[in-house]
Amino acid sequence: MSITLKDVEHVANLARLELSDAEKAQFTDQLNAILKYAEKLNELNTDEIEPTSHVLPITNVMRDDVRKESLPIEKVLLNAPDEEDGQIKVPAVLES
Amino acid sequence: MSVSNKYETVVGLEVHVELHTNSKIFCGCSTAFGAPPNTHTCPVCLGHPGVLPVLNKQAVEYAMKAAMALNCTVADISKFDRKNYFYPDSPKAYQISQYDQPIGEHGWIDIEVNGETKRIGITRLHLEEDAGKLTHVDGGYASLVDFNRVGTPLVEIVSEPDIRTPEEAKAYLEKLRAIMLYCDVSDVKMEEGSLRCDANISLRPYGQEKFGTRAELKNMNSFRSVQRGLEYEQVRQAEILDGGGEVVQETRRYDDAVGKSFSMRGKEEAHDYRYFPDPDLVRLHISEEWKENVRASIPELPDARKARYQADYGLSSYDADVITASKKLADLFEESLAYTKDAKAVANWVMGDLLGYLNANNLELSDVKLTGQGLGEMIGLLEKGTINGKIAKTVFKAMLENGKLPGQIVEEQGLVQISDEGAILAIVDAVIERNPQSVEDFRAGKEKAIGFLVGQIMKETKGKANPALVNKMLLDRLS
Repeated sequence: MSITLKDVEHVANLARLELSDAEKAQFTDQLNAILKYAEKLNELNTDEIEPTSHVLPITNVMRDDVRKESLPIEKVLLNAPDEEDGQIKVPAVLES
Repeated sequence: MSVSNKYETVVGLEVHVELHTNSKIFCGCSTAFGAPPNTHTCPVCLGHPGVLPVLNKQAVEYAMKAAMALNCTVADISKFDRKNYFYPDSPKAYQISQYDQPIGEHGWIDIEVNGETKRIGITRLHLEEDAGKLTHVDGGYASLVDFNRVGTPLVEIVSEPDIRTPEEAKAYLEKLRAIMLYCDVSDVKMEEGSLRCDANISLRPYGQEKFGTRAELKNMNSFRSVQRGLEYEQVRQAEILDGGGEVVQETRRYDDAVGKSFSMRGKEEAHDYRYFPDPDLVRLHISEEWKENVRASIPELPDARKARYQADYGLSSYDADVITASKKLADLFEESLAYTKDAKAVANWVMGDLLGYLNANNLELSDVKLTGQGLGEMIGLLEKGTINGKIAKTVFKAMLENGKLPGQIVEEQGLVQISDEGAILAIVDAVIERNPQSVEDFRAGKEKAIGFLVGQIMKETKGKANPALVNKMLLDRLS
């Protein structure tokens, strides 16, 4: 499997990133290098290994349904670029 | 609007139901509705770097319970995935959802439309977190974001494309809502957004097996609006097909105020969500023992109750449907039956006077103070002749408002029916004497005249005279 320039453009678009042609070429190379590196794993024999979505041998980590205190509103808004009436104000994004 | 009879409509519904846990699905913030904006948030639900979500066990159990009540097979192994998208309602730029290992699959519910039962398949039920709420301001150039709702546990319930008419869609939603209420996993209030519905709808010529191109309909805020939105969409798509055109696969927003749907966006690009397993959440193993414990907490569901009411109390299918549509109403019905044996009388009062009052005043059952005991005892007083039908209406209204028992209301307001023959006779004679014209009319064969005389007697006794006795005595006197 290899990454094409078209894949990079597609993913950049989904991530709302604007890339120059030079950057697109650069990321195509880099992503392919990463994939190639990961391909090393194919050298391992995994016939006896069950597929898993998680590397840790633990399951069912849960908490009881108990409320905890939330952040004070001043702290919540610390990272907000702009605010109005206790809400975070952002440029409108058309439904996409 | 007329619907073309050339095409068969195919509908599948995606319903989101908010689970009414105390805290959010991955953090301890409150899920209460209506708090000041952003006061129910923390680093976890705000998606700050380095935080770890921890799954709320109650949310999992509610989802299992809902899945079982919808006849789904509950997974032995389940997991959570990230659904990636950029939109200001999602602080992490992904939603934690379930992709290929949902909590439940392959379920069904039965609905009834026009007296016929139909089974609607349920593809899957999965757990996920809700998104935030946006309010558009500055003429649409800016949005205000409230993250309180982010992380509220949701189940998404996806139906098979088994629904064929807007009416069936409405019946499906009503049944789904009733089941969620019976299971007590959600408040399912559409007006508070705790039940939301999107619809996929397509048309195909009758006889064709392949589905037509579908549109996804959003923004329907009531069951009625779902039905109307689908009715509109049926006609819109039929007109396109009749004109030789092609339906575009897209998302459309239904505006109930104008009764039309509007294109929002094409689907292809927007739906590349790049799901992958969430590395912050470990897998969920659901043991048989856990399943059985949850299963044991499911109460008798509406269909079973309905069948029992028909078999045990002789209620009609329609009456049993209406009463079991709401668990609280059905509970009240059954509570009453501890105090009277006349189930049909209880059903009549519940469906007539009670629902009539609630609908006329736009109230919920929890807004009135009537108790099952009160209703049952009132019917007992009617049977014994302590009160008559007219007084019962007064007593019933009082019970709705103050919740007192009928015996007390009758005593306090002096509403006991007059069944003393001597007392009634005296009034009968007085009324006859005062209305010679009516008496003459009746004797001349005008049977209607007696109604006037009865009315006068009831008026004289403030509605408390035993009507059967009044009729009998009046006829005795006049013949």
